This record gives sequence, structure tokens and C-alpha cells, in this order.
Amino acid sequence: MSLLAVEGLVMDFGGVRAVADVTFTVEPGEVFTIIGPNGAGKTTIFNVISRIYDPTLGRLIFDGEDITAVPPHEIARRGIARTFQNIELFEHASVLQNLLLGRHAHKRSGFVEEMLFLPRVRALEIEHRDAVEQVIDFLDLQPHRDSLVVNLSYGVRKVVEMARALCTRPKLLLLDEPSSGLSVEETEDMAFWIQDIRTMLGITVLMVEHDMSLVSAVSDRVLAVNYEHPDVITAYLGG
Amino acid sequence: MRFVFKTSYAQDLELFRDSVQRNWYAVLLVGLLIVPLLVPSYLVDISLVFIYGLCGLSLMVLAGYTGLVSLGHAAFLGIGAYAHVYFVHDLGLPWLVSVALASVVTAAAGVLVGLPALRMTGVYLSIATLAFALIIQEVLTRWERVTGGLKGKPVDKPVVFSVNLGGEVAFYFLCLAFLIGGLWLTGNLLRAPTGRAWVAIRDSEIAAQSMGVNLAVYKTIAFAYSAALMGVAGALFAHKIGFLAPETFSVLLSIQFLLMVVVGGLGSLHGAFYGAVFVALLPVAISQARDSVPAWIGAVAGLFGKDAGGATFLAVDQFVKKPGLEPGLFGLILVLFILFEPLGIHGRSRKLQLYFSTFPLYKRATFRRQKTYMRSERLR
Repeated sequence: MSLLAVEGLVMDFGGVRAVADVTFTVEPGEVFTIIGPNGAGKTTIFNVISRIYDPTLGRLIFDGEDITAVPPHEIARRGIARTFQNIELFEHASVLQNLLLGRHAHKRSGFVEEMLFLPRVRALEIEHRDAVEQVIDFLDLQPHRDSLVVNLSYGVRKVVEMARALCTRPKLLLLDEPSSGLSVEETEDMAFWIQDIRTMLGITVLMVEHDMSLVSAVSDRVLAVNYEHPDVITAYLGG
Repeated sequence: MRFVFKTSYAQDLELFRDSVQRNWYAVLLVGLLIVPLLVPSYLVDISLVFIYGLCGLSLMVLAGYTGLVSLGHAAFLGIGAYAHVYFVHDLGLPWLVSVALASVVTAAAGVLVGLPALRMTGVYLSIATLAFALIIQEVLTRWERVTGGLKGKPVDKPVVFSVNLGGEVAFYFLCLAFLIGGLWLTGNLLRAPTGRAWVAIRDSEIAAQSMGVNLAVYKTIAFAYSAALMGVAGALFAHKIGFLAPETFSVLLSIQFLLMVVVGGLGSLHGAFYGAVFVALLPVAISQARDSVPAWIGAVAGLFGKDAGGATFLAVDQFVKKPGLEPGLFGLILVLFILFEPLGIHGRSRKLQLYFSTFPLYKRATFRRQKTYMRSERLR
């Protein structure tokens, strides 16, 4: 059974049809990439999957359940985490706090016990910290643990954002242009990490990417979105 | 330079960074405990600093940490004050029960404002809260059976467990206790998941949502908690001023609260307190200056001849006695802070600390704003 199935997805913004009848499935344990020119609706597909947009038509099946009408804050709890094309980190907080927020979907403490900071809250916080430290080790973020995100370079921010998504312990990781704005070496690191995320952590990856060297290095399958641009495959992969 | 060696995860959960910092706060607490012996004549003003400190804390949670700027916080103070006085005087409830109930009532009002405010951000939210404050002021004026309307409502001294805490010293300690309690509870929330969710909402709603933060729930909690703190402050404020009238809780007071968190430094608990000191003591300083400054300037001018001294004294005296000087000064200071120190007093004090701890190697560029072309600068 596939992990994620997108069936007949249509997304209209007023009179503009951003996504027209897209259907695909993502199998557990694979790296699935969506390519296509700017404006083809790749990020819109992501935003529909993470439930920020309500699709005009179509269904989303994740892990055997229909998630078409699930509210956006429920998505992380179901096991889908994402990064953003233009980095959406909490910039006036430390890297550690950013990653700990990734644990929010696993929050089990109530308001009153947090207000009094009872021993149970302390124990849960240390548990969260343990989970976060594993991700920090995995992505080599130790030197940046206590720095504020505003003070970090773009490349490190990209990694931090991926780390935050991993902290939710997802089944499916959505990466929106993981290599944009990165140097050649950083893109290479990114390729290794995406492979490690798949093989070592067993997380399925769905990504949008333009850098074809990265796409061909890590992807198992590729979907070309060619709405209104019938020659996309030729443009990306050559005749 | 002091280095903190971290050896356990629990260390990052403490309220104080290390034992040195904790000891400094202990010194501060001892200092506050002996203040009544040192400056007995200023106790009333310092009590007001503590009450304003609670108000600053309240607005800091909402504006500084959750990013929801409210222009109507004086209304919550008013609701807390009137509710407390109604419970204590008209219903005869015990004092502590009444304070607790007042904060519950104010929290409920906070939820009521928070719910429609969920769909608004930025300046629209501020305008909505401003409208709320005006409505509340009108309600306080018209609902005479409970509030006494324009005639106002006298407030007795606080009596806790049949001990009269109305004396200056007792009231000072009462306010101090509530401020410390408020700081402790807020500090706890900020190091727990709720506080992180607030900061996340402030910095990026969309990312917060995708990480599982229910925006509606956490914004409402922020409003309710902020209002509850304001309610408690309102109860103390009622005893402090001794007489409730609707015009006390005007929009100007709301703006003073906003001034408090901006001048103190958005996004820090220290800032709330610095701001409170500033806003509560500036009028005191101004009234002191009113009496002494004309005489000084007159004396200096007097060196150039007796007539010049007398004339200058009269001119300066007339100028400082003009109405509107105080709000004018408040406004001027707010503008100067936003221009020259957007991080507020707290930011300035951090720079000073760094200067001394790294002396002589301080680099001015450490705090210089870097030009970035990303959304990070939107708080500034």
C-alpha cells in the first residue's frame, strides 16, 4: 500500500487554475521528486498536502486515511513534516528552541502543570531534548545549538529547518527546494543527508527540486508537472 | 567573560543561567526586602512600579512573545479592578478569593476579545483591541449598579485573612509578592512548550502551524493568560489608587503600557520591569524637576545679573507648569527609543554588560544590525 496517494488534485485560486488534475502515489521508503518550471504548481501541491490550502477537487490519502479535511495543525501529528522554500524558521529564537518546537506534535503536558513547571513537565522536556539531540547529532548541528537563527548563514538555516522537520519524527518528509541558495558543497551534503534520512531513519521523502544533479542522485521516481508547458521533460532531461 | 559549562540537559531548563546569576537575583531580592528601611517616603511609588511590572509582564506575553500588539490593555486592568472591588465590597468575598475570581473574569474577557482577534493580525488587531477598550470604558460608565458610574467607587484597604495590609510597608510587600509570583509563572510557561509555541506564532505562523501548533488555541491562551495577569494587577491597582472612576482606565493608560514594553525591550521579561520602572517613576521625576529645575536655571542665570535670574526663573517656571508636558515627554522618549535603541533598555543593558565583560575587546559591530534580505527583520 502506498504511503501517500494524491487523487485528481485540482486547485483554483479565483479564476486561476494552479494545479490541474494531478494524481500520483508515494511508496513507503522512496524518494519521490516533483520537477517542473516555475509556476507549474509544485509548491501549491505541497501546500495542499500540508493542508494550508483546501483543494478545489481531489482527495489525499495518507497512511490509509483520508486527510483531505484534516486541519493543518493535525498534519504533523499524523506524521507529515515539511520545510519551506523561503525558510520559515523562528528567527528570534535559538536553534535549540526551534528544534524543540518540532517536538510540539508530541506535547503531552497541560497548561497548568507547565505554569507550575511540575516534575512531570521537567521529565517530558528532557525527553524532548533527548530526541532533539539525536537529530542534532545526525545533521552535525552541534556548533550552532545555542545561536540565534538570525545570526546563522543561509546554508545552516536550511539544515536547521530540515532538522526541525525531522524532530517531529515524521513518516513523510516534504522538502521544498532543499538545494536552493546552497553552494555546490552544501548541495552535496544535502544529497548525502537525504539518502541517510531515507536509509538510516526510514523516512519517505517527497521533494520539489530544480537542481537535476541532486534529483538524479537521490530520487527513486520523478514526477514532471507540465501544466501548460507540454515540453517539460525535454527541457529538464533533454530529448 | 564568564563561561557556563553545560553538563546536563536539566541545566538548560533552569530559570537562571548559572549560580552566579542566581546569586545576583538573590542580592536583588534582599535589596528589595530592605528598601522600606532605606527610602520609606517612596514606598507608594515603588508599589506602583511593582503593579506596573505585572501589567508590563502581561503585555509582554502578548506583544513581546506572541506578537499580538494590544492597544486596549487598560480595559483589562479596569475589568480586574472593578470585578475585585465588586466581589470584595458588594459580595463580601474573602480577599484572595476575590482576586482569583477577578483574574478569572478578566481571563474570560480576554478570551472574548481573543476569539474575533484570531482572524486579525498587526495593526487591525491593535485597532480591534482599541475599540474593545473604548467599549469597556463606556460599560464602566453606564453600568452604575455594579460600577457606580461616573460617581466612582471608593476602595477600602486590602484585608487578607483579617490582617489589614493597607499600610505602606505591608502593601509594598503584597505587591512585591504578586510580582514575583507573576514572574515565576510566566518564566515557567516560557521555558515550557506553551512559551515556545507563542514565540513560534510570533516569528512564523505558517511554520508553527505545520509543526502542529493550533494557532487558535495558543493565541486564545495568550490572550487569556495576559488578561488574567492584568486582572490581578487591576485588583492591586484598585487598592493603590483607592478610588475607581471610569476615566482612570483610558486609552492613554493603554498606550503607557505599550510604551512600557517598547521602552523596556520587546521579547524579554527584564524589559517589562525596566519599562515599569520607567513609566511609573517618570511622572515622579517630572514633578520633582518641576519644583527644582526653574530654581537651578534661575540661579545659573542669576550669575549674569539679578534681573536676568528672576526673569529666567519665571519663564522656565511657567514653561514647566504648562499642561501636557508629561505626555509630550513620554512621546518624545518613545520616539527617541524607537530611533536609537529599538531593543529598549534591556538591549542597552546587554550591550553594557558585554562591554564590561569583554573589556577591552568589545566590538561595536556585535550588535550592529546586519542588512539581510529575508523576513527576519520584520520584528524590528
